[in-house]
Amino acid sequence: MSAVIELKDVHKSFGQVEVLKGVSLAVERGEAIAVIGRSGSGKSTALRCVNRLETIQSGEINVCGHPVHDPKLDVRKLRLDVGIVFQSYNLFPHLTVEENIMLAPVTVKKLRKAEARALAAQALARVGLAEKAQSYPEQLSGGQQQRVAIARSLAMQPQVMLFDEVTSALDPELTGEVLRVMEDLAKGGMTMLVVTHEMGFARKVADRIVYMHQGRVWEVGDGSMLANPQTPELRAFMAHDL
Amino acid sequence: MLAQPFTLAHVGYMLNGVLWTLALSALAFVFGGIAGFGVMLLRISRFRAVRIASLVVVQIVQGIPLLVILFAVYFGLGIFGFQVAPIIAAGVAMMIYSAAFLAEIWRGCVEAVPRTQFEAAECLALTRWEALRKVILPQAFRLAIPPTVGFMVQVVKSTSLASVVGFVELTRAAQIINNSTFQSFLVFGIAGAFYFAICWPLSAWSRTLERKLHVGRH
Repeated sequence: MSAVIELKDVHKSFGQVEVLKGVSLAVERGEAIAVIGRSGSGKSTALRCVNRLETIQSGEINVCGHPVHDPKLDVRKLRLDVGIVFQSYNLFPHLTVEENIMLAPVTVKKLRKAEARALAAQALARVGLAEKAQSYPEQLSGGQQQRVAIARSLAMQPQVMLFDEVTSALDPELTGEVLRVMEDLAKGGMTMLVVTHEMGFARKVADRIVYMHQGRVWEVGDGSMLANPQTPELRAFMAHDL
Repeated sequence: MLAQPFTLAHVGYMLNGVLWTLALSALAFVFGGIAGFGVMLLRISRFRAVRIASLVVVQIVQGIPLLVILFAVYFGLGIFGFQVAPIIAAGVAMMIYSAAFLAEIWRGCVEAVPRTQFEAAECLALTRWEALRKVILPQAFRLAIPPTVGFMVQVVKSTSLASVVGFVELTRAAQIINNSTFQSFLVFGIAGAFYFAICWPLSAWSRTLERKLHVGRH
């Protein structure tokens, strides 16, 4: 198997501050990876570098055959293969749920309205919100909005999905419904890179867990790594988290 | 010379001026709006040089009195041998003036739409232009309506300046009548009332829109 996402010695600075100090990571097709770590550890930045929301100073990033580090990269082609879901949902408030999902398939892939509508219905069913097609985002709960955001990404049929702390803005009772959707996706074989604070999700769903600390990949392992930290930093992180 | 009495015919003449005031306002607004939209796009360009160049032009226009722009167009073009009709000169000057202000008003509205909306659209593989057209502008449009209507009031009042190049709109019509009737207070009072009758409903509409769009906003 070859890696669909590969980071090699990635360095990234914001001005004088180096946030990624040589990050290397490979994600195989069908793998779900949870990236954990303190705020400021660089985990979200690493994720944003994967679909070129941030550009890197040195190193290599290859995603689905796209050289992301290459300044001449066709960013649109990359983003056809990579979906991303944000902490703040970022749904389009002037469009209904259905229109939110149909926008990119119609605009970018030139699908006919009827085809796109069918695709939207399918994606909505997958996140359990088929009956909300005609609602506007502001009429939905946070958890529902986030599930629509996931459906919107899925409708573009990406090869890889990125999740950037997608439950951090949600009330505890709403995180469950979003995590369940993500778990289904992982079981369905979607390649996922998930930056999260949800240790339960990391333990239960992720094939591997990546612990980042001070801009570096500090520890990598499976679910048991959380109970059995090898480094004092992860031990301290886990102690704080519980 | 004896003063003529002020008659209903004079009011009719002023009403004719009102029509020209409205026509000039519409001209300024439509063409200024089209040009202003173009300038707004330059102001939010991805390229720094384009942003700065358009900013400089906007600042220059905003820093010059409309009357001076009007003279520059009317007399300035005359020097180069273009004899421009007063309505054309007034229309062009008002267009330049409106474009500079509308561009800045609308740029503010576009930039008031959260950046993350752009990001989300671009992450769905939309181009910058597609994202602007389908995601950003529809949201900015709602924000833009109240200040735009408010600016229309400015435009209507500013058209009175066109009287100095001999364009017979409401103010010029009042001036002409005053020259023969010498009833300044009455004549300009009526002109003022006409302006108010045009502008006040616009202001009221702008206030209503502001309230409505504010409540419904996400």
